Amino acid sequence: MPVTLRINGRPVTLDVEPRVTLLDALREQALLTATKKGCDHGQCGACTIHVDGRRQLACLILAVMLAEREITTLEGLAAGDELHPMQAAFIEHDGFQCGYCTPGQIMSAVALLNEPCGDSDDDVKECMSGNLCRCGAYPGIVAAVQQVRRAGAR
Amino acid sequence: MSDAVFGNRAPVGAPMSRVDGRLKVTGAARYTAEIPIEGVHHAVIVGSTAANARILDIDTSIAEGMPGVVKVLTHRNAPKLPAQVGKPPASRVLTLLQDDVVHYNGQPVAVVVADTLERATDAAHRVTATYDAREPLTDIRHAGRKEYRPESANKEADSASGDAAAALSHAEERISREYTTPIENHNPIEPHATIAVWEGDQLTVYDTTQYVVGVRNTIAKTFGLPADNVRVVSRFIGGGFGTKGSTWSHVPLAVLAARETGKPVKLVLTRRQMFGSTGARAQTEQRVTLGARRDGTLVAIRHESVSYTSRYEDYLEPAAVITRSLYACPNIETTHRLVQLDLGTPTFQRAPGEATGSFALECAMDELAERLGMDPLELRLKNYAERDPESGKPFSSKSLRECYRVAAERFGWARRKATPGAMQDGDIAIGYGMATATYPTNRSKASASVTLTSDGRGGIDAVVQTASQDIGTGTYTVMTQLAADALGLPVERVRMELGDTRLPPSPSSGGSQTAASTGSAVEAVCREACVRMAADGATDPASMAAWLSRQPGRTLTVRAESKAGKGDDDYAKHAFGAVFVEVRVDRALGEIRVPRIVGAYAAGRILNAKTALSQLIGGVVWGVGMALEEKTLVDPRTARYMNANLEEYHVPVNADIGALDLQFIAEDDPHVNPIGVKGIGEIGITGVPAAIAGAVYDATRIRVRELPITLDKLIMGGGSAD
Ligand code: FES
Ligand code: FES
Repeated sequence: MPVTLRINGRPVTLDVEPRVTLLDALREQALLTATKKGCDHGQCGACTIHVDGRRQLACLILAVMLAEREITTLEGLAAGDELHPMQAAFIEHDGFQCGYCTPGQIMSAVALLNEPCGDSDDDVKECMSGNLCRCGAYPGIVAAVQQVRRAGAR
Repeated sequence: MSDAVFGNRAPVGAPMSRVDGRLKVTGAARYTAEIPIEGVHHAVIVGSTAANARILDIDTSIAEGMPGVVKVLTHRNAPKLPAQVGKPPASRVLTLLQDDVVHYNGQPVAVVVADTLERATDAAHRVTATYDAREPLTDIRHAGRKEYRPESANKEADSASGDAAAALSHAEERISREYTTPIENHNPIEPHATIAVWEGDQLTVYDTTQYVVGVRNTIAKTFGLPADNVRVVSRFIGGGFGTKGSTWSHVPLAVLAARETGKPVKLVLTRRQMFGSTGARAQTEQRVTLGARRDGTLVAIRHESVSYTSRYEDYLEPAAVITRSLYACPNIETTHRLVQLDLGTPTFQRAPGEATGSFALECAMDELAERLGMDPLELRLKNYAERDPESGKPFSSKSLRECYRVAAERFGWARRKATPGAMQDGDIAIGYGMATATYPTNRSKASASVTLTSDGRGGIDAVVQTASQDIGTGTYTVMTQLAADALGLPVERVRMELGDTRLPPSPSSGGSQTAASTGSAVEAVCREACVRMAADGATDPASMAAWLSRQPGRTLTVRAESKAGKGDDDYAKHAFGAVFVEVRVDRALGEIRVPRIVGAYAAGRILNAKTALSQLIGGVVWGVGMALEEKTLVDPRTARYMNANLEEYHVPVNADIGALDLQFIAEDDPHVNPIGVKGIGEIGITGVPAAIAGAVYDATRIRVRELPITLDKLIMGGGSAD
């Protein structure tokens, strides 16, 4: 069935069966492949996106449920050539190795900026623990998030 | 060198950010399953629900009639492939729908191809099979087990120097303990994925692999194709850790599905399917016997390891190999035995052997230290090996003493109390532990090419090519640095291309060998290009640019191969390190936290301080997982993996990792290889589980010899309080 999604500020019309997850619709049909599939079961965080500005797991949402909602994927984060401060901070602090969990980490980290997360590193670790990184880039991820928070970015 | 023209060089060693960083943080890096292919169809594997079985019947009729389904392959209709050749474990024994024999639970018994992923998945669920299954063996600890010494495996099974038995019988002190480690799954966050595209008799395979050349060779052999007809591409890889070092069954199955349907086919394993057919770290049972004088001098070490393999291929987890080289001792005996289980063949996993073996050996060293009333660090220093005990050769370099000193000092090891259980903070018991880390420096033959082009304005662009891989280790970045340095160009003018069998061949990204192997080739080829230009008097960037503009196409291409040569065997080559940990154990709940880990490592020349540190961090995080969390559970009735997902198979999350204070000790090694590097991808995990086990003992007086150290073993007495 046809469904029109607003993805990164643009309407995208897809023809999907009702059982298609948002994650597969993005990756297989919209060819927006920044959003990753690590488990397909809501267990790894690799598919984290924003729906109306809040972080959600795209593998646990059906595409047809999201008409009218504002979906942001990693592709929609940078302003043209200019990286979002979180993207730049991830590069600077080497907050990744293979990069496969990274889109989900960055989308979580950006959403966290508007969440009631405490100030300490431990608070950030807790708030970022829904995003697994098998490469173990956790210290760099925490450093990146803290740098962006301290600079007051949103 | 005129920096005004050529800009600032990023010297080798600088903490340069990854050259592929921007692609990865914007999502522009395309991993295998994301390569857009017109008309691609989706293949989904149906895994067996039995092990040690034969397929009685398999019903595909419903699946075949479902919308969008173009083919269902089973052993009944799959074409016969040429008999498997090649020697395991480099090329694995695969299960490719060739007969009705089912070795392990989850073994592919059918492949469904449809036009969408949902349709293929749905149809795969409607394929039903019945089995004649016999009771499976799923644990090496079973009555009447049949152990054997593998004839040919990935490592020599036994070693003996001196006479360990005699020395043990006369030893003043002697301990003998058994340690076990469980099955562990690699679980890279990117699942295995393959896209196969046939054009006539030409085949392109996009695959997430640590070894593009290996995939090409396996596919060519399996399908009886000339290697030149097969191209394998793998530009971004979402982690490997060993599981992507071999070509497993799903890769040829994707190729077969594409050939049988005439469609390009994409096959991505589900997380559950990552358990079984793509290897795992083997369960081990290790007995370590140490004999020593009262002053702590080791007189004998015996390390006996038993691990499992599958029914159809020998893979040996080389747990006792580390013991052959770590401590000075005249009498060292090591043995490895295999037990066959009804599981998929295990495989290399980050520091195969060293991770499991260092747990046993280093825990035993702690237990001996306690028996002798010695500080664990002092016992290790007492038995410091100045030469390699196994070969008698000198080490190409060894800075382990410095690692111990620096890490102990930063950690505050001197504050350690001699009596376990002496440090408390309210309900929390605090413990300190330490261990030695080590990993051998490997090197394989590698080749690379460089193409230099004049830009016509006095500048030079370089393209460096090699069929290596970047599995997150930073290959793109460090090769760019090496080439820029050797050519005298700014890094922005160097482009690195890899992950494609059309490029000059390179070895697998395994055994922490990429920097030493491919790095040596990249440096050699860049130097060779400079030598060619220098022969015509072009020795600085300006004259090189001028020289290039006079060449046909204003360009020069050089290709070179690099491998170990004469004299390379004169040294034993290992990286070393020391790791110290603090644990805090809740005495009521048994919860274990690791608030800080301090490590110092010496690994020759460090090519990039930033990416190298990330490799150490990653290894240490794996060590925490291995110590406290990771264990694959198998149902003994069906041999089915019970926690084949990322919720119940626990890997460390961000909140599990405390403060990590890790550093490299400067080490200049002129002997190890042309560029003076040692591998750093695997050493980080080694020693960490033993250090944590030692710290838990120091906190609780409970010695847990069975990984992982979960809280039940503390509060229910799973460990032993001696
Ligand atoms: S893919 Fe959605 S949480 Fe793992
Ligand atoms: S960077 Fe590889 S999983 Fe996080």
